[in-house]
Amino acid sequence: MKNFVDENFELNEVQKLEGHTDRVWGLAWKPAAGIDGVPAVLASCSGDKTVRIWEQSPATGCFQCKAVLEDTHTRTVRSCAWSPSGKYLATASFDATTAIWEDAGGDFSCVATLEGHENEVKSVSWNASGSLLATCGRDKSVWIWEVLPHNEFDCISVLQGHTQDVKMVQWHPSVNILISCSYDNSIKVWAEDGDSDDWHCVQTLNQSNSGHTSTVWALSFNASGDKMVTCSDDLTIKIWGCDIIRMQSGDGNAPWMHISTLSGYHDRTIFSIHWSRDGIICSGAADDAMRFFIESKDDLVDGPYYKLIYKKEKAHEMDINAVQWSSLENNRLASASDDGTIKIWEFISAPGKKMHL
Amino acid sequence: MVSGLINANPVVYERKERQTRSAPGDVDEYASFVSLMLLQHIRDVKDPEYPYSLEQLKVITEDAIEVDDKRSYVRVTFTPTVEHCSMATVIGLCLRVKLMRSLPQRYKVDIRVAPGSHASEAAVNKQLNDKERVAAALENPNLVDMVDECLAPSYG
Repeated sequence: MKNFVDENFELNEVQKLEGHTDRVWGLAWKPAAGIDGVPAVLASCSGDKTVRIWEQSPATGCFQCKAVLEDTHTRTVRSCAWSPSGKYLATASFDATTAIWEDAGGDFSCVATLEGHENEVKSVSWNASGSLLATCGRDKSVWIWEVLPHNEFDCISVLQGHTQDVKMVQWHPSVNILISCSYDNSIKVWAEDGDSDDWHCVQTLNQSNSGHTSTVWALSFNASGDKMVTCSDDLTIKIWGCDIIRMQSGDGNAPWMHISTLSGYHDRTIFSIHWSRDGIICSGAADDAMRFFIESKDDLVDGPYYKLIYKKEKAHEMDINAVQWSSLENNRLASASDDGTIKIWEFISAPGKKMHL
Repeated sequence: MVSGLINANPVVYERKERQTRSAPGDVDEYASFVSLMLLQHIRDVKDPEYPYSLEQLKVITEDAIEVDDKRSYVRVTFTPTVEHCSMATVIGLCLRVKLMRSLPQRYKVDIRVAPGSHASEAAVNKQLNDKERVAAALENPNLVDMVDECLAPSYG
């Protein structure tokens, strides 16, 4: 199977956002923004201990920094995530706390601080309904918090199981299943026990079941939630599949199976991976490059095959830490880098060429 | 000991002057030029435990630095004095900080202990090359003090 030709697609740099004074670690597009006259909003977090809110001007289409959330976190802000309604932004910091910010028409105030992790918090994620929040960190634990009225957050479970720091947590897009990935090279699936309300690990994906052989840095689900993609320091990207019908019927034990391993593309650690709603997987890595993959139905004998459709060398001057597709504009994505900048990109099929999706 | 070494090799501190020298034309020659320059930068890093430089303790030797300038890549291999050296990650952190301050940002740096030189070789290497762990370590005031102390002599 030959590599796909680059000519079919174009990646255009739309804008470079400057303002952070240290590496940019994370990005989050605000949901429910960018339609019906509501401007698109992007949050970014950085080693400079701040979070920046970038808003697209309806007049010019350019993104401008509308707010800087500072003086709350005392160390690197590693990750940020909007609640599904877009009303709250959660930020996870090396200062061992997770802050909850309320967005009142562009004015942000810190309404809660979640404490409990022993040290660096590395990732935060809201579940699909916004009723649960998950955090993870260097203390090897994953915490699940219940979102209560009046900005109250109750820790309902502290999940132990990883043997090293946990790099990222991500809720499934439709079912209350939580996935975590770690420096211990494994991916863990957590589900609630229907009877006891207890959360526990229902599956571990590691080297023994075709998993990664080094730190797993990130994961992302496809739109329907029957597949997820993970990326690693082992320079591979892995696709996993699950019986979504069985999972949605309430069986949290529906197992994830290895589908495909994409190797030989990036030559340094792959830090970020994100699956667009249109089915395009974008990866960002320490080789300063971005890659785009899609599922190909060409070879149905061996199951789905994922092919590279576009590569961008030197997308940034330094390591790429985050790539994030817009939740609404199908062809828009953002990337964040050690070079302190964020770039807004448009990924489009080139004129006269058909996009093979 | 340290000041003696500094005097014996004053060129270490004339970074700017060295950089203005016309660069050698040959690619391999340029790479070895860069690696020599880097050696000048890291040879005087002080050991975290002993009042000696890493070079004096043979933790760093001339062939410790590999440079691929075309790929903007540098790899530093150091040899802990004992197999169970608990300071290996601190030494590695010092080297990384020193290189971060010395190299243009386009360079990618890998730091490792020499194969077979440490009981926890894989674990040490993994930690030294996890930039998130490095970033967190460099926000720890105690560790930063330790690193700064080790790097101090090389600033004269």
